[in-house]
Amino acid sequence: MSVPAFTGSNVMDVDAAKIRGAGSNVHFDKVSVAYGAHVVLHPLTLDIAPGEILAMIGPSGSGKTTALRAVAGFVRPASGRIRIGATDVTDLPPYERGLGMVVQNYALFPHMRVEDNVAFGLRAQGADKALIGERVKDSLATVGMSGFAKRYPRELSGGQQQRVAIARALAVRPRVLLLDEPLSALDAQIRRNMVEEIAKLHRDLPGLTILYVTHDQTEALTLADKIAIMRDGRVSSHGPTAELYRRPPNRFTAEFLGRANLLPVTVTEGATGPKGFAKAKLGDALLAGAARGEKPGDKTLLCIRPQHLSLTGDEEHTNRIVGTLKEVHWQGELTHLVLDVDGTPVRVSATRLPVSLPERGSVVPLFFAPGDTSLVPEDARG
Amino acid sequence: MADAAVLPAPIAKKVPGRFWIVPPAALLALLFFYPLVLIVQQAFMDDSGMANVGEFVRVLHARFFLNALINTITISVAATAGCLIVGLVLGLILAFVPFPGSGVIARLIDTFIALPTFLVTLAFTFLYGSAGMLNAGLMEAFSLQAPPVNFLYSTWGVVLAEVTVYSPFVLRPLLAAFSLVDRGQIEAASVLGARPFRIVRQVILPAAVPALIAGGSLCLLLTVNEFGIVLFIGAKGVITLPLLIYSKAIQESAYQVACIIAVINIALSLGLFGLYRFAAGRLGA
Repeated sequence: MSVPAFTGSNVMDVDAAKIRGAGSNVHFDKVSVAYGAHVVLHPLTLDIAPGEILAMIGPSGSGKTTALRAVAGFVRPASGRIRIGATDVTDLPPYERGLGMVVQNYALFPHMRVEDNVAFGLRAQGADKALIGERVKDSLATVGMSGFAKRYPRELSGGQQQRVAIARALAVRPRVLLLDEPLSALDAQIRRNMVEEIAKLHRDLPGLTILYVTHDQTEALTLADKIAIMRDGRVSSHGPTAELYRRPPNRFTAEFLGRANLLPVTVTEGATGPKGFAKAKLGDALLAGAARGEKPGDKTLLCIRPQHLSLTGDEEHTNRIVGTLKEVHWQGELTHLVLDVDGTPVRVSATRLPVSLPERGSVVPLFFAPGDTSLVPEDARG
Repeated sequence: MADAAVLPAPIAKKVPGRFWIVPPAALLALLFFYPLVLIVQQAFMDDSGMANVGEFVRVLHARFFLNALINTITISVAATAGCLIVGLVLGLILAFVPFPGSGVIARLIDTFIALPTFLVTLAFTFLYGSAGMLNAGLMEAFSLQAPPVNFLYSTWGVVLAEVTVYSPFVLRPLLAAFSLVDRGQIEAASVLGARPFRIVRQVILPAAVPALIAGGSLCLLLTVNEFGIVLFIGAKGVITLPLLIYSKAIQESAYQVACIIAVINIALSLGLFGLYRFAAGRLGA
């Protein structure tokens, strides 16, 4: 049986308004978590607005899952308070917090049919039979799994199981939906589809607050309204997704959120002009870039994304550097070039290349627009 | 081509494997099957060597046999139920309640499996016997003339001793099953609003059913055949099938009756063993 995507039309068919508007804000107030003397989450203060998707991303051991588990009630904060809406949930057990959760391995109950899995939370909360039947039907329709109600989880594919897990979490009308690496167990193609479908789901359920923990930057960039980048148990940076990507506040953010070329430059002139570009020197090249309050003489990094570098210049791509071509990797849709620019490896991702590609070892000019750059402070801690 | 033609054909290696079945089969036949055949033969033949089913039927209807059968079933079912309850409660605590030293406790309980069954009975005699610590303490504290606690010398004393000895046989497969329960399922259930009792009932126990059946049927098998505990406690009127076989064969020299009861006991045991293997197979043991 083919599975329809959980599209907006599915949702409208099942009266999605019943699910809408259920979200609450989440507030971390100096929440820290420690195991003995080992602090895994340093005091964290963060807000997730109602209906917002906040993606927490970071490497393993950065504290992102710990923060999610503290919201769920599986980890007791060593200090600080967690509020969901107007309720301080810090001391509440998980079953009284009004949440939904989806985890990496789906965690479906293997001995229950799909419909019983979805009904589990409602039964646990003492909902009446008629309501349970209605909600199960609605939730399965929302994720495009109506035809699979009588199946057991073992009879479903990974993607289908994850849809059921989402339906189960949505059925209880959670105040906040916690997604803990929900797509990590899926293969690349299904993962891409599921990311798009979760995005559609949130468009159709705009009131739903989602805390999305992942180590996959693509998932975060696609889904999140805001991103918190975690490192060593601390928030390294936090802000609107596009803003963090375009103007990363530190080296760690620039490198973790998408690929970034970070060129060491010396500022020669602070922000000037209507666009507030500063001027900085890289070797002999004088470059313009989006400033962050740098002063002349400051040593900093010029961040430029690989896809913003071009082998040909025009009136917009006014910055020019030269480098020695080291590697060329053709990947179908994209061609990746690696150049050496004053000892710094610079990556270029190009969709279109000149008909005759330069030879390896040849000196190649690279062009980019000042508006695509950002000056990023050189900060060892990030 | 000529060279190739004179090359000797490869010699197939002899497979000696099939002959290795002989020594163990012979040993098994000598030590197990032959005595078993003798017992069955004795059960269905009279002293003149003639087939006689009449004695078999008479024993089946005899009061002493029926009492022993009822005692055996009552004690083994009650002890197995006790083992399941104790094993389940201990298993849930050890597997799901985080406390320091839970591993040590689990291993300590495991050591019960290694101890002889009469040891617990002996310990019970010291604790709850007529002259045991409990009775002595109560008699001194309340100036009583007779020991007030007498349960040890009854069916329930046997059941308690068997529960103590055999609970680890339920606990071990349960802990193995609990270790396979996905903690994510428990957490998901909890977030969805399920309280601990519902999680145990609807998430954990369904996953542990094969372990419960395997542990329970093993307990049933062992308690049906338990001899040492029943003999050691010496409860008046508590005669089970193994004890009846012993008394008929050794004390009364009624070998045919002993063999008839033994055949029934063996049939009962094999049935329970079949149940155990089936459940253990489901568990993957």
